[in-house]
Amino acid sequence: MSEPTGVIHDIGYQRYTGPRLGRRHVFGALYLHGLRTVFGLGRSAKAKIFPWLVVAIVTVVAAGVTAVRSQIGQVVMTYAQFADAMSWLVIFFVAVAAPELVSRDLRSGVLPLYFSRPLPRGDYAVAKLFSLMTALWLLLGAPQLVMFLGAAFTTDRGMGGVWDELLDLLPGLLYAALWAVVFASIGLLVASLTGKRAFAAGGIVAVFLMTAPVVGVLSIMPSRTVNELAFMASPSTLVGGVGNWALGDLLVPEGQGGGMPIGDFGPVYAATAVLLVATCVTLLLLRYRKVAAR
Amino acid sequence: MTLIATESLTKTYGGRVTALADLTVAVEPGIIGLVGANGAGKSTLIKILLGLLAPTSGRVSVLGLDPTSDPAAVRARVGYMPEHDALPPDLSAAELVTHLGRMSGLPRTVARERASEALRHVGLYEERYRPVGGYSTGMKQRVKLAQALVHDPDLLLLDEPTNGLDPAGRDAMLALVHRIGTEFGISVLVCSHLLGEVERICDTLVAIDGGRLLRADRIAAMTSATDVLAVEVSEGTEELATRLAALALPVTRDGRMLLVPLVDEGTYDQILGAVAELDLPLHRLDQRRHRVAELFAAREPSHV
Repeated sequence: MSEPTGVIHDIGYQRYTGPRLGRRHVFGALYLHGLRTVFGLGRSAKAKIFPWLVVAIVTVVAAGVTAVRSQIGQVVMTYAQFADAMSWLVIFFVAVAAPELVSRDLRSGVLPLYFSRPLPRGDYAVAKLFSLMTALWLLLGAPQLVMFLGAAFTTDRGMGGVWDELLDLLPGLLYAALWAVVFASIGLLVASLTGKRAFAAGGIVAVFLMTAPVVGVLSIMPSRTVNELAFMASPSTLVGGVGNWALGDLLVPEGQGGGMPIGDFGPVYAATAVLLVATCVTLLLLRYRKVAAR
Repeated sequence: MTLIATESLTKTYGGRVTALADLTVAVEPGIIGLVGANGAGKSTLIKILLGLLAPTSGRVSVLGLDPTSDPAAVRARVGYMPEHDALPPDLSAAELVTHLGRMSGLPRTVARERASEALRHVGLYEERYRPVGGYSTGMKQRVKLAQALVHDPDLLLLDEPTNGLDPAGRDAMLALVHRIGTEFGISVLVCSHLLGEVERICDTLVAIDGGRLLRADRIAAMTSATDVLAVEVSEGTEELATRLAALALPVTRDGRMLLVPLVDEGTYDQILGAVAELDLPLHRLDQRRHRVAELFAAREPSHV
């Protein structure tokens, strides 16, 4: 098109004979597009404000924790505790990101354009889900990496100290992944039910926050079993319960207290978390089966 | 090769509402007009062709493939332009069409190139970098057409492409569809409830009503026997009518025009001779097709 004479030549319609990529590539493209959408990349400046504000907050907190630790030589916050402490922010992040991923498409009616392409309808939902999970995991995991780097460079026990830090970091990252999987599944399911972003955001916050009082009520019931199972009533405390059981002193260091009294129900918590995620994903797929046929 | 073939295709929703009833039709490549009133089953048929809905019974094939058993293969070769608004307002046309090109399996750079090509073909140039939210209805329709074209399909399914357009916009859209069907070499199925609109650009016409096939045939076959010549003179219409009647031509009056059935080339000479002899100012003389609507008119009142 860069003719020096300024003449526009109409070369006519060109048929395409090159490669057409398969399902895996299309899925990957949709996944990356979703991940970019969550952080507002390739979108307006307005869409970037909130995600990057949250990223800034968690990074600053991580940097602060690291700085304090290197000064006073005491662990202020373990890697796993960091994920717990940031859970409120994660809730709001999900409430903004999930509607951005799915409600917007429902509202604008763009879905028929997706479903008239080779992409199977389940792939759309799963790609969006993976985008959100990855985004949440990065949100919780990247600051842990900052903390790790800080600790590794200030350790006074040489490579052995770095190795110990790494062994602490890995469970922390796994715990962050658990947060990401549970929150993304619930958040995306709620958001997929409505095309109105404000409703979706409200619904997500409601699911996470309104269940907290239920936990409170159940945990003061006059039955020890009910008390120990109470934390299953809310997604946040459910994840906390699983962490309590699986990570032990990585999440609740001895002497600090504040752990959840879940008794011997740890495996039950883990099973419930798995069941919850499976249910959410199944409902999400069913939802998109119905949407596609419209 | 048969482009689209259906055999006793039936679709009922919940066993009560019948959208398609025993529809058997086969069409050849070209520009196909699918006409019918609102609720005649046009959109249902398109969704079955795309494999988005499963037929209740009967068989269907598109480009020789079965959309019920292999929808991905069909959709890879078909482009679909939906009837309703389908564009996210905050994306630019270039971004949206590129993204949808990738969703059709185009590699990243190819998708970008073909997106700008497709947008250029539908007549969007610099505007394509602006958010779609600020577009006029006509521009939005063009973007919807471009996204159906981006992956170079063999068949385009256009659901009411002229919806919401003003007369000039309709003409431009129809000209574009005609160009895609002829110059680009892509078969097109155009859905419309306006018969007069699609008959201008189609090779084949399929009319459905209440989910049943009314008629499917090539336009040429429907109209060839009914061509008429329209003659208009600025004055002396009466004299000319008398003269033509004297020449044994069955003249009918239609407002200020005279309609004469076209028998062969000789008819032209007879009319021109008569006009010249009477020394009348000839305003126009052109061949006029009977509108296809007249072919359906006789059948349709039974449904009212």
